[in-house]
Amino acid sequence: MSATRIDAGAAGPAPAAPVRFDPRVVRADFPIFATDRDKPLLYLDSAATSQKPQAVLDAMDRYYRTCNANIHRGVYRIAEEATAIYEDARRRFAAFVNAASPREIVFTRNSTEAINLVAYAWGRTNLKSGDAIVLTPMEHHSNLVPWHILAAERGIELRFIPMSAAGELDVDALPGLLADGRAKLVSFVHVSNVLGTVNPVAEIARIAHAHGAVVLVDASQSAAHLKLDVRALGADFLACTAHKMLGPTGIGMLWGRRELLEAMPPFLGGGEMIREVSLTGSKWNELPWKFEAGTMPIAEAAGLTAAITYLEALGMDAVFAHDRELAAYTLERIAEVPGLRVLGPPAGRRGGVVAFTLEGVHPHDVATVLDSDGICVRAGHHCAMPLHEALGVPASARASFHCYSLREEVDALVTGLHRAKQLLSR
Amino acid sequence: MNDLFREDILDHYRHPRCHGTLENPDITFEDANPLCGDRIRMDFRLRDGVIEQVRFSGHGCSISQAAASMLCEHVEGRLVEDVKRLGREDVLEMLGIELGPVRLKCALLALKTLKSGIYGIHQWPGEEEE
Repeated sequence: MSATRIDAGAAGPAPAAPVRFDPRVVRADFPIFATDRDKPLLYLDSAATSQKPQAVLDAMDRYYRTCNANIHRGVYRIAEEATAIYEDARRRFAAFVNAASPREIVFTRNSTEAINLVAYAWGRTNLKSGDAIVLTPMEHHSNLVPWHILAAERGIELRFIPMSAAGELDVDALPGLLADGRAKLVSFVHVSNVLGTVNPVAEIARIAHAHGAVVLVDASQSAAHLKLDVRALGADFLACTAHKMLGPTGIGMLWGRRELLEAMPPFLGGGEMIREVSLTGSKWNELPWKFEAGTMPIAEAAGLTAAITYLEALGMDAVFAHDRELAAYTLERIAEVPGLRVLGPPAGRRGGVVAFTLEGVHPHDVATVLDSDGICVRAGHHCAMPLHEALGVPASARASFHCYSLREEVDALVTGLHRAKQLLSR
Repeated sequence: MNDLFREDILDHYRHPRCHGTLENPDITFEDANPLCGDRIRMDFRLRDGVIEQVRFSGHGCSISQAAASMLCEHVEGRLVEDVKRLGREDVLEMLGIELGPVRLKCALLALKTLKSGIYGIHQWPGEEEE
């Protein structure tokens, strides 16, 4: 399989939704861009991690300075304040994704741990030898490796929804993959971290459910950029991570339908996840604490709340429109660079991610040339080796955006790419 | 411009020395860095304990390919026993630049291929130092 070169001029209309915020004003809220350095920071790697607004840093700092205490057990004032901060983050995230209840939200370290939680607690309870799991070729390693482990342990077959050369799923092939009734789970990425492809979650979920399969959505990229409504999406589990959503590292979120979470055994054993413990046994705590063993990331929860507040003030529709507008502009400008091949679908069908290869120049060299201009892009396989193999490229370079990204950064990228081509082509 | 693109590195990248393959080599070895797709193959012709001829082929970033070119140029005509003593510091000295952890792997792929080839093993003594 090979990716088609996208003719940006014929890539369809750019998304029409107007940007309701000024990215320059937004940018002023992010201290990293004001930090003194020899060249301005041109940050085009938000798909790896986003930058953090002052409000997030302040919220975390405030917790440590004013009410640092462990949660849930202390009865003194600051312990109660800390507990309130932590549980408020759960309520805010539940509302952010329109979950039926905060009890459906489990905090983890990151998306990867959220997916592993499902693989261990749900997978090992519900899957047996001969069952199948349906994935896609565009998954991040975090939504492949947990299933590889489970598949090897239990004798489970992995199946893959076929993908077009432009990096879009052939959803029509899904019923065939589910027809024998052996597939118990369909687990896939909402927005690809390489291709930018926005997958049709509701349609895939409908087909999966019609065949009795449970649906897990990896929303690592989408939660940060578009309005998520877990009930409208129709999924059963959804995993995402705060650090791509303007929040801190170290806290991820698993949403799961309550009846599924209720029926699952714990993932990690330890403090807080139990109701009663004797020397030889224990009874599990109720949801969601059953899944939250040990001291959890409390300052990070405070940061998450601030990030959600910030994103909601911008408006997720406006954030997504801004990302897509920049992606469309990038596809248009980047087409000027000779030998440049874009991976993934046209502008109208992708989020704020543009991965590409430059003929004759290794992505590492592209990234190094750009770095000398202060431009940060990712180079490598972006934790999606099977996807790169399917596209027939060993690695790619990737530019990705968020609410603070500017057209000028894209212009600098294009200038840098011309220079890389000139310097390193042989 | 970044030090990584010093003129001599670019020169080796654009005009690699000892580039190609050998017919019926005494030793041939190929290694890759799967993280970035760099790949290097080296063919050796030995005589009386000397590397009479070495040719490399493959693809990858400027650092991996320039390092292979510099290294091959350096070892051709040398005693195998001397070549076995080459280490990462020698490669970094040839390149003459500071490297971060990611690019270090690019720079050392050629050495790894060379050593694996002449030792006939996959790991050579001292690799764990990386």
